[in-house]
Amino acid sequence: MIRRHLPVLITLVVFVVGYLLCLVQFPSFASTRVIGNLLTDNAFLGIVAVGMTFVILSGGIDLSVGSVIAFTGVFLAVAIERYGLNPYLAFILVLGIAALFGAGMGFLIHAFQIPAFIVTLAGMFLARGLCFVLTTDSIPINAPAYGQITDIAFALPGGGRLTFIAIVMLVTFAVGIVLAHFTRFGANVYALGGNRTSAELMGVPVGKTTIAIYMLSSFLAALAGIVFSFYTSAGYSLAATGVELDTIAAVVIGGTLLTGGYGTIIGTMIGVLIQGLIQTYITFEGTLSSWWTKIAIGALLFAFIVLQRGLSAASLRSR
Amino acid sequence: MRTGGEGRMQPSREQPQLLEIRGLTKGFPGVQALDHVDFTLHAGEIHGLLGENGAGKSTLIKVLTGVFRRDAGTIRLDGQEVTARDPADALSLGIGTVYQEVNLLPNLSVAENLFIGRQPHRFGLVRTGEMRRRASELLAGYGLDIDVANPLSSYSVAVQQIIAIARAVDLSAKVLILDEPTASLDAQEVETLFGILKDLRRRGIGIVFVTHFLDQVYAVCDRITVLRNGRLVGSKPIAELPRIELVSMMLGRELAAEALHRNQRPAVTGEPLVAFKNYGKRRFVDPFDLAVRPGEVVGLAGLLGSGRTETAKLIFGIERADNGQAFVDGKPVRIATPRDAARLRFGFTPEDRKTEGIVAELSIRENIILALQARRGWLHQIPRRRQDEIASRFIKLLDIRTPDAEKPIGLLSGGNQQKALLARWLATEPRFLILDEPTRGIDVGAHAEIIRLIERLCEDGLALLVISSELEEIASYSDRVVVLRDRRHVRELSGAEVSADTIMTTIASH
Repeated sequence: MIRRHLPVLITLVVFVVGYLLCLVQFPSFASTRVIGNLLTDNAFLGIVAVGMTFVILSGGIDLSVGSVIAFTGVFLAVAIERYGLNPYLAFILVLGIAALFGAGMGFLIHAFQIPAFIVTLAGMFLARGLCFVLTTDSIPINAPAYGQITDIAFALPGGGRLTFIAIVMLVTFAVGIVLAHFTRFGANVYALGGNRTSAELMGVPVGKTTIAIYMLSSFLAALAGIVFSFYTSAGYSLAATGVELDTIAAVVIGGTLLTGGYGTIIGTMIGVLIQGLIQTYITFEGTLSSWWTKIAIGALLFAFIVLQRGLSAASLRSR
Repeated sequence: MRTGGEGRMQPSREQPQLLEIRGLTKGFPGVQALDHVDFTLHAGEIHGLLGENGAGKSTLIKVLTGVFRRDAGTIRLDGQEVTARDPADALSLGIGTVYQEVNLLPNLSVAENLFIGRQPHRFGLVRTGEMRRRASELLAGYGLDIDVANPLSSYSVAVQQIIAIARAVDLSAKVLILDEPTASLDAQEVETLFGILKDLRRRGIGIVFVTHFLDQVYAVCDRITVLRNGRLVGSKPIAELPRIELVSMMLGRELAAEALHRNQRPAVTGEPLVAFKNYGKRRFVDPFDLAVRPGEVVGLAGLLGSGRTETAKLIFGIERADNGQAFVDGKPVRIATPRDAARLRFGFTPEDRKTEGIVAELSIRENIILALQARRGWLHQIPRRRQDEIASRFIKLLDIRTPDAEKPIGLLSGGNQQKALLARWLATEPRFLILDEPTRGIDVGAHAEIIRLIERLCEDGLALLVISSELEEIASYSDRVVVLRDRRHVRELSGAEVSADTIMTTIASH
């Protein structure tokens, strides 16, 4: 039981230790303001990471999510500001477009047995290219609905705010956990990552599941894009470059095996929070360049991948 | 162990024909894998399906389970003609298969493995507790009391196999095919498995049991069917079948009355070049003693799966021995990897040329110099001129038929590929050469050439260990023959004892 959850436990320990270290240096880390901001600032990353966890659990990868986030922002800005579309209608529209986009990628991956890496790489260029077709400028979004939504927040004791977008992230995680661990779809995703051929022999609907997985990933990327547009109040073609890689890093640090089959959604959440923690620390520190975030994440990623190899080797030997 | 659920026990007196296969034919380019094969399986019997490599057993199973399409013939299940589209479809028809390499999902829990795709659920959510309870109940019927919430990979292969059987039977299997289920189990685990098979037999399930172990055939099977080269040799109740007859059915050879002419050479004397004392690996091959002198050919004979190739792999360091000691020139040595073996100047041509031997896309020259280059280290590249020299010398020496040395080796015939593989090791000037089935899949003319080559190498003072299923062949060139059975070296034949007949009777004895 303990061994099965070891990767997640280690992630949790890293987070707790990191948090305590920050706390020792800056006591204000305990304030609800910092915690509230941590959730708000990483909301969009958390939402994409849920989708990415499903993709990686199934043994795939989705490189297109960063571009889908940017596309969502640009689409919303253009639709709302240039064409005066109702923001809520625009949300539904863009979520639908993204889901179709993801389903298309999933279909190609399954039907032609093309590696997910290649298909989603193509998807990444496609979505990014579409942004520039829509506009090359950064368009501010001034619709009143945006102000209303960003104003929704629960006051936390101690002056912090649990914002709407933080809530969206937490709900996404909750839905993700249920989907992964308590539905047939979830079991099928793990089955695909365990052994595709066996899964097929055992009657798992491989095609449908693959399509659903990439659909979910792109859908959540679009949701993250909406959240990101609340956060920045703008749509810009060059936004969210490299987010797909941050997301993959969060998922792996969260204890999900890159080769698929093993991992949890809750681990991903902690992985996202660890990234957020490092960023917050660097902001507090004040003298360090923000690029130290990348260095710290790189080091952690290395450590976790080595750890995973070690664990799987150990479990093979103990048999 | 449970004796079958109530109502499931239907002792049928006249034994209905559960599965009836007539005239099954399946060809692949260049090979007739199945040629008008008949096969009948009754409900409530354990039916052994036997045959050497290439006999057609796995093709038969694959046609039955929908992996391959048949060219001709009929398959009737309960009197209904059926054609499975794929293994999942076969399972829904009632034909379940459990492979040696358990085809389940190691990362999922035992319960999920048993119930994937049909998990009990409510409001779209899987009822995990209910699923685990049912899984525990199901496995209790097989005498397994394990935590079904644990991942499958935390249990041994034997337990995984029982879980696979439980899953197949629970999915309403009428026919259960077990493809070499015992190959990686120890004696205790085999006993447990057999208990389960007998229990399933009482419940009226027809079981097809593919194995190489004769003892196991006699322990559980009611009837056996033997295939050879894609043809049906015969189908008989096991009670009426003496061992020696079964072996001769499998090897396709009657006991000859007259002794065969054999090259009588004087016995090779002197110190052994390589010697193995009590060498073995648990669950792989039992500890054995073996010595080979320079200029001597030692043959390894036995049925498929008897431990011949396993012995070779152990000696060459492909598998690491966990018991015993190896000696070269009387000095103890450590052989933990093929590199160690190559450094001791051992050579090995594997049984499966295509996947373990040749690199099909590379040229003949590159294939020949491969082992030599590997031994020198990749930094000390053999000069191109020297490579050409070596390649052309061996092409001439071994008479490899090719227009030039730069042709991709994959385009050569089997016999010529085999010679190029031999050349690869000969180029390293080995002292000890292991040949695993050197004449498999080679036409008759090339057969004779390879055998002459073996004899010539031996005259040059090489120590040779040769594995072959061709009893006549192995008897003709070996100074001594070690006979293996059930992964054990059972007897060493030497001098006048070395004949195809003695080898066969030794295999059959117990």
